[in-house]
This record gives sequence, structure tokens and C-alpha cells, in this order.
Amino acid sequence: MSPEFWIAQSFNGISYGALLFLLASGLSLIFGVMRIVNLAHGSYFMLGGYVGLTVALRTQSFTLACIAAAVAIGLVGIGMERFFLRRLHNEVLGQVLMTIGFALIFQDLALLIWGGDPYTVPIPRMLTGTVRVGGAVFPIYRIFIVGVAIVVGLALWLVLDRTRVGAMIRAAVDDAEMAQGVGIDVPRVSLAVFAVGAALAALGGVIGGGFLGVYPGADFEVLPYAFVVVIVGGLGSLPGAVAGSLLVGLLDNFGKALFPELSYFTLFAPMALILALRPTGLFGRS
Amino acid sequence: MTMRRSILLLLLGLGAAALLPASSPAQGGGPIKIGLLAPLSGAFSATGKDMLVGTEQYLDEIGRTVAGRKIELIVEDTEGTPATALTKARKLVDQDKVHVLTGGLLASTGYALQPFVDSVRVPTTFPVIAADDLTQRKPARWIVRTGWTTSQPMHPFGEWVAKTLKHKRIVTIGMDYAFGWETVGGFQRTFEDNGGQIVQKIWTPLNTNDFSPFLAQIRRDSDAVLALFVGRLALQFMKQYEAAGLKDRVPLLGGGTTTDESVLPQMGDEAIGAITALHYSAAIDTPQNRKFATAFEGKAGKSASYYSEATYTGTRWIAEAIKAIGGRVEDRDALLAALRRVEIKDAPRGPIAVDQWNNPVQTIYVRKVEKVGGKLQNTVIATFPAVGQFYKYNPDEYMKAPLYSRDYPPCKHC
Amino acid sequence: MIGRRALLAAAAVVALAAVGPFLPAYPLTLLTQALIVGILAMSLDVILGYTGLSSLGHAAYFGVGAYAVAIMATERQAGLLACLAMGVLLAAATAAVFGLLAIRATGTYFLMITLALGMVIWGLAFRWVSLTKGDNGIAGVPRPVLGPLDLSGPVPFFYFCLLSALVAWALMGLLVVSPFGLGLRGIRGSETRMRALGYNVWLHKYAAFVISGVFAGFGGTLWAYYNGFVSPNDVQLVTSVETLLMVALGGPGTLIGPALGAGIIVFLKNFVSVYTKRWLLILGGTYIGVILFAPSGIVGALRGRRR
Repeated sequence: MSPEFWIAQSFNGISYGALLFLLASGLSLIFGVMRIVNLAHGSYFMLGGYVGLTVALRTQSFTLACIAAAVAIGLVGIGMERFFLRRLHNEVLGQVLMTIGFALIFQDLALLIWGGDPYTVPIPRMLTGTVRVGGAVFPIYRIFIVGVAIVVGLALWLVLDRTRVGAMIRAAVDDAEMAQGVGIDVPRVSLAVFAVGAALAALGGVIGGGFLGVYPGADFEVLPYAFVVVIVGGLGSLPGAVAGSLLVGLLDNFGKALFPELSYFTLFAPMALILALRPTGLFGRS
Repeated sequence: MTMRRSILLLLLGLGAAALLPASSPAQGGGPIKIGLLAPLSGAFSATGKDMLVGTEQYLDEIGRTVAGRKIELIVEDTEGTPATALTKARKLVDQDKVHVLTGGLLASTGYALQPFVDSVRVPTTFPVIAADDLTQRKPARWIVRTGWTTSQPMHPFGEWVAKTLKHKRIVTIGMDYAFGWETVGGFQRTFEDNGGQIVQKIWTPLNTNDFSPFLAQIRRDSDAVLALFVGRLALQFMKQYEAAGLKDRVPLLGGGTTTDESVLPQMGDEAIGAITALHYSAAIDTPQNRKFATAFEGKAGKSASYYSEATYTGTRWIAEAIKAIGGRVEDRDALLAALRRVEIKDAPRGPIAVDQWNNPVQTIYVRKVEKVGGKLQNTVIATFPAVGQFYKYNPDEYMKAPLYSRDYPPCKHC
Repeated sequence: MIGRRALLAAAAVVALAAVGPFLPAYPLTLLTQALIVGILAMSLDVILGYTGLSSLGHAAYFGVGAYAVAIMATERQAGLLACLAMGVLLAAATAAVFGLLAIRATGTYFLMITLALGMVIWGLAFRWVSLTKGDNGIAGVPRPVLGPLDLSGPVPFFYFCLLSALVAWALMGLLVVSPFGLGLRGIRGSETRMRALGYNVWLHKYAAFVISGVFAGFGGTLWAYYNGFVSPNDVQLVTSVETLLMVALGGPGTLIGPALGAGIIVFLKNFVSVYTKRWLLILGGTYIGVILFAPSGIVGALRGRRR
């Protein structure tokens, strides 16, 4: 294997991990604060992609598509949490079934509204094309994805680390009861975290839609990846989400390149192993 | 107490309703019932819809009547799952008492239905299912295929690429399942028989959406790439093939579904120049195809694809067979025999007849993606008339060799 | 402890057995399907309803049982008893291995691990083509013949499945009222309390997991005979999730409830899709409706219980 191979594959793994980070960082925080199992998180990704597609086609603006998708799906997330999920505190089975019910409904609605054909989200001209460094070729769009992930990651870190709201979130992740006890409005914080998580997933859907496309079935395809990242990285941990995304992106990529016959093994077997050894994930706390 | 009562009543009601037959049993002189199995929900629903619209388009053209009897179309959703397809097939046969069964999309559905159809002795047609072996080593007695086999278009294509395009070294990349193996296998056989070499075979897992690990492996010193993808994977692959800088370096060839009209409109200019082979193209320039394609676009709001032509012509096939026996569909053996004898000279895809293994002999088209009038289309650049599933090979010799698979034909030049 | 519930269930079984030969072919085949899926749902209830562990990968053991039968029956022409035994044994072995990895976790983590393990089996079904024929699936599984008894007709096969479901229900029923089963319910209530009382909680959970897998595998063996066909679709995530719904709909922790839930879902799926293409919407609504309006499931609601 030439050095170009390793460089190219590593870059591919990192850029795919960047997309996963957008999808999973919000999920990690949602898990951490609310301990909610949301099997509709993949649906946020897919719906975000579809909404972004429609907006991009109508307005020719990729930026507007991203914003519209994030806002729209954030609102959907708020609606789900406020009116349906809030009453299922700590009931794992109930959360699983309710969120799956929503996922199925979203799937059928998407089919009804956008039809079953696959589409790709149109991306701005300046993001197409490749750059060559030495013998290796890097698509500009994938560099863009890494850039977006870094910006989002930094923003999240700044909020969590430097602001009062961030402190409240971190307190709620540590111990929600205690946080409520010292006067933090945990339900409000939870709602905000849920909305941001959904919005981030939707943003991931639009950006991912540029090279992965939007199509029926994207929701359940991307969901296991999101969960693997969160579980491996640890609930409620931002550094965990970063580490998990990179790890999953690289594992999946190298797994597909080196052992394509074992594509699910290379992803889930390490996850099962990590969990067997460290049940709370790499960065999580029990 | 009322909650309990209402639940019990609801259960009883559901149970009773479920046991009632949905339609009356058939008698001679009543309507002719055709059962259509298609994936109308789930990931394949767009294709299922195409199949349904194609069927209804033909039925409407003949006023839903044939040989003096009305036709009743009963449609069931397979959800893209073979177990569900089997359950729905049982419903169509046992409860609705259909005279003819048709449809199905996936190879697994075909294999699942085969023993069932033979056990209930209902004449069945497969307009789309392309798994090679269904009409080769273990054919079913009661199934007539009116569509194609996967390797059928690839045999002439491989020869043409070697002789006309004069490519010598080709890399293949395809989906890692039987549809992919049979496409690549068929191409490899004739390409290498005519002096070419397959220098690399890449198989992508079915759930891939990021092709970069595979694109990075493609040998840049090859003459062309043969790609086999379906649906959204074709769309993604095209985009990523260009994004990886390969489009301008290595010409792209493909199996027909890679540029099928069900995904071609969603592709951009990156698809232009791709050369593929199939038994149909929406751009075939004959009066009957233009008529069909325009009517379909009017009905469905999108371009006709091989899926819709498959069920359009497939339904006509059934109608012709029924006409040939004067509408006496209750005589199953006669209907089956008639299905085997149908010949259509002017289908949108050209002339079709079936061979002794109940598979079509038809024209194969080599198509090139071009932008005409602002829209992408599969322009026909070469035709091969009367191609059967075994091409120029002796059928017995052909079937003695193994079925095309991941490792067959072996990659001698890899 | 033969309660009123068991008598009612016995009456239902007798009614089914009497009515079977007179039903038209299609409802009979749906009923047979409901019985087989009912065994799967009951097996999940052992680990979910009685032990309190939500598993999202239960289709894995179902699938292992089904594939075992399919491979043995088509490649080795093995008889009914050999296939059943192999299916159940392999499912038990799979559950034994997976249990070692999964039982350490609880709650959400357990859910995720079982999901991942379920996907590993799915991946194997897809990729191990030389064994499972991959995406094409394995076709041509003949209906079983047991000595002089030919079970291939729809009515004899229905009786076979009815008997199997009865046996499975009886065995699992005995399990959940035994001291071991009571221990499981205690663990569902509070693990720390049970540990304090001196129970080996890990061993209880692990045993429940394996037993649950055994019965799921048993259901899988019947499934292979029912369809005559097995494919990776039988072990996909959706199957595991639907099984969860059946348990929740019927009533977790009641055994007969999940069997009833299975019947309802089977009939609902096949019935509703005749009248509307939007049946996914209806199914999704059912999921939500069950949680909102009948959290203890149907059997729970019939007993007048509201959480």
C-alpha cells in the first residue's frame, strides 16, 4: 500500500468522521442530559436533508438551505420532546417505541412529500473540485465538511466551557437531580439541548446530502453510526463525541478499504469489545 | 369495565374482518384477475410505483378488457421483503383467486416465490426480476420471465467494448451481491474472450454511501471502469466518481441500472459520457417507444425507465396470452402454454420472444449519456438484435460452468 | 397455579384447534404466522417483561434458528428433529456468547449493545455467502415430515405450530412462576435490593438471556419451515423492533399478552396494507398510541391496570 493510499484513506476517514460529529455531538449531549433514547435521530438527519434540498432548489442558496433545515428540524425536535417524550422519563422501552413510531411516521411523510427517488443537495460551485497535494487528491467539499465540524465543535466547547448556560448543561449532565436542586431549570435546559441536537443533525443531513444524497432509508442507515459514536465516546461528553466520531470514521473507512467482506464486523465488533471492557464508553462516567 | 369491553369488541371486530375475503371468488365469465406484487413502501417504493404505473398504463390503453372479459388488477405491497412477498402471494392466490400472478423486484423475492408458484400451479410472470439462475439451471415450471437476465446485456457489451472501444485493461466496481456479480461476470466473460483483461475487481458492501475508500483503490492506469450500481447508490457513485477526480482520467462504463432513467434526471453533468448497456432506453427512437414514453411521462410526471417499460410490456404479454386462448383463463395449463408462445414485435423496447427456458430473446442497446434539449438521456449508440440469455454460447456448456459469483469468473489478471 | 387467565387461554387454544380446518387457506396461514411470531414475542417477554432488560437485537436468535434449519434441510436433507435441535442449539450458543458481552450493561447501554450484536448477525447473514447464500437467501426448505406424519399441508402444519406454541408457552410459563422467575421479577424491580438479598444477579440475568434466546431460536426454526425460505431480511433491525412493539402492545410481563400482540400486529400489517398504502404511518401511530394510551399493553388494560 502506497503512502498515497494511507493519506487518502485517513483523510476520507477523518472527513466522514466530521460528518458523524455533526450528527452525533447533539445526540451525545441529549443522552447525557436527558438519558433519552431517541431512535428518530436518524430521521432528523434525513428530514434535514430533504428540507435543505427543497430550499436549495428554490432559492439557489446553500447557506439558506442549511439554516432553514436546522431551524425546521429544531422545531420538530422541540415538539417531540415537549409533548411526547417528556412524560417518559427513565422509561427505556417507552422511549424506544415512541421514537420508533415517530421515525416510521417521518419516513412515510417524507415518501409522501418528496417521493421515493434519490436526490443530491446542490452545492455551491466554489466547493466543487479537488486540490492536489503531492500525489494525493482531496475533494474540496470534504475539506469543507471538516471545516464545518471544527467550527461547530469549537462553538460547542466555548458554550459549554465559558458560558453560564454551558455550566448549567454540564451540571445537568453530571447529576440532573442535584442540578435541579440547586435551582437550575433542568427541563428548560433539556429542551434547549434537544433542539440544538436535532438542529445539528439536520445540518449534518444537508451537508451530507451534498455528497451522500438524500433518499428513503437514509434515516435507519445513519442511526447505528450515530449510536456507535455516542456509546464509544461516552454519554454527554464533547471530547468523547470528537474521539468517537474520528474513531468510527477511520474504522469504517479502513474497514471497508481493507476488509470489505467484513463491513459490519469492523464497525460493531470493536464497539461491542470497547463496551464489554469499559461499559460507559471511552470518556463517559458511570 | 367499558375500556375492557371496547378493547374486546375491537379485537373481535378486527379478527372477523380479517377473516372475510376481500373479493369474490372467480367463476368463468367473471372478471380476469391479475395479481401484481410490487414494493410500494420502504426503500424501493419509487421503483414499485414505476412498476404500478406501467401496468396501469397498459390496462387503461386496452380499456381494462380482454377477450370480452373485464380485467381486475389486485395490487399488493411486498415492502421489499421476500417473506412479505410470499405472504402477499399467498393472499393473492388463496383469497383473491388470481388467474395470473406477476411482479416482484428483488432476486430474493424471485427465489422465494419459485417453489410456491410451482406448488400452487398459478401461471406467473416476472417482468423485472433478473436473477440469472431462475431460468437456467433450476427453472420453475410455472414462471415465464418477460424481463431479462442480469448478464444478458453484458455479454454483447463486453465484446463490443473490446472490439469497438478497443479497451484492454478494465477495473470493475460493483455492488457486492448477486446482481453485481452476474453483471460483472457476464461482462468479464466476453471481454476477456475477446482479448481484454479485467485487472481489478472491487466489490462494495450494499450499505455503502461513502465510496471514497473504494474510489481511492481504482488503478489510475486502466483504460476504463465498469460500474454496477442501482438507485441511490448510482447517484452517489456518479457524484463521488467526479469529485474524486476520476471522471476526466478514466472513462466510465456500466451496467444499465447505473444510468437508468429512474436516477438519471437527478444526476448532473457528471454523468455525461458514461456508456452502459441494457435491453431498454427511454431514448429509443421508434414510434412505439416515443408513444409509450410520452404517455408515461404524462401520467407519472417523470421519465419512463426500464422498470415501467417492463410492466407495461409485461402486462401486454399477459393480455396477448389471454387473447390467444379466447379468455379461458380458468384453464391454467392452456394459459401457461400460451404465455410461453407469445411474441411481441413492436414493444417499446423492440421485438421479444421467449426461449425454451422461458426467458426473453430481445434487442440489447448500448447507450451513452448525452445532454439533449437541456436534459440527460441514454442515447442509443449500438444495437444487438435477438440476444438470448446464453448469447453465442452453447447452453449446456454454459450451464455446466458455475453461476457467475464473486469469484467466478476468476480474476486471472488481478 | 392455574389462574383464570390460564383457563381463558386454554379455551382460546381449544377454539383455535377446532376452527382451524374450517378456515379458508389465507386466514389459516396468517394464523400460523401469528403463532410462530407469538413464540418469538413470548421469548422476548422473558428478558424484557420479566427481567426488565430491553433488547433491540432479538431477531438475531430467531434468525440463527431459521438459518440453521434452512441450511441443514437444503444441504444435508436433515429431518425435522435434527433441524429443530440444531436450530435451538445454535441459537442458545449465540445467546450464550452475546450474553457474556451484553449482560454487563443495563438500560440504554444494554439496548445499544444488543442492537450492535443484532447487526453483527445481520452482517454475517449478508456476507458469509458460502454459508447463507447472502442476499439471495436460501430457498427450497421443504415442509417437515415426522415419521408417518406429513406436516406439509396447511392444516397439519397449523396444528404443529399450535402445539409448538403451546409447549413453548407452557415451558416459559413454568419458568416465570418458578423461584427463578420470581427472582427475575425482583431484579426487574431493583437489582441492588436483590443483590443485598444474596442473589447472584449477573447469573440470573445471563440465564434469562440465554433461555430467551433458546425460545427465539425455536420460533426461528418454525419460521424457516413456514416460508420455505430464509433471507437476511428476517434478521434485520425492523424485525427486532416489531417484536418489541408486540410485547409492549400485548402487555410486558404477562406472556400471553405478547402472544396476543403478535397476532394483532400480524393481522394489522397484512390487513391494513390492502386498504391503504400509508400503512407505515398507521403502524407508527400504533407505536405511539400504545405508549400514550395503553402503557401496560392490552392485557394490562383488560385487567383494569393503568400505570
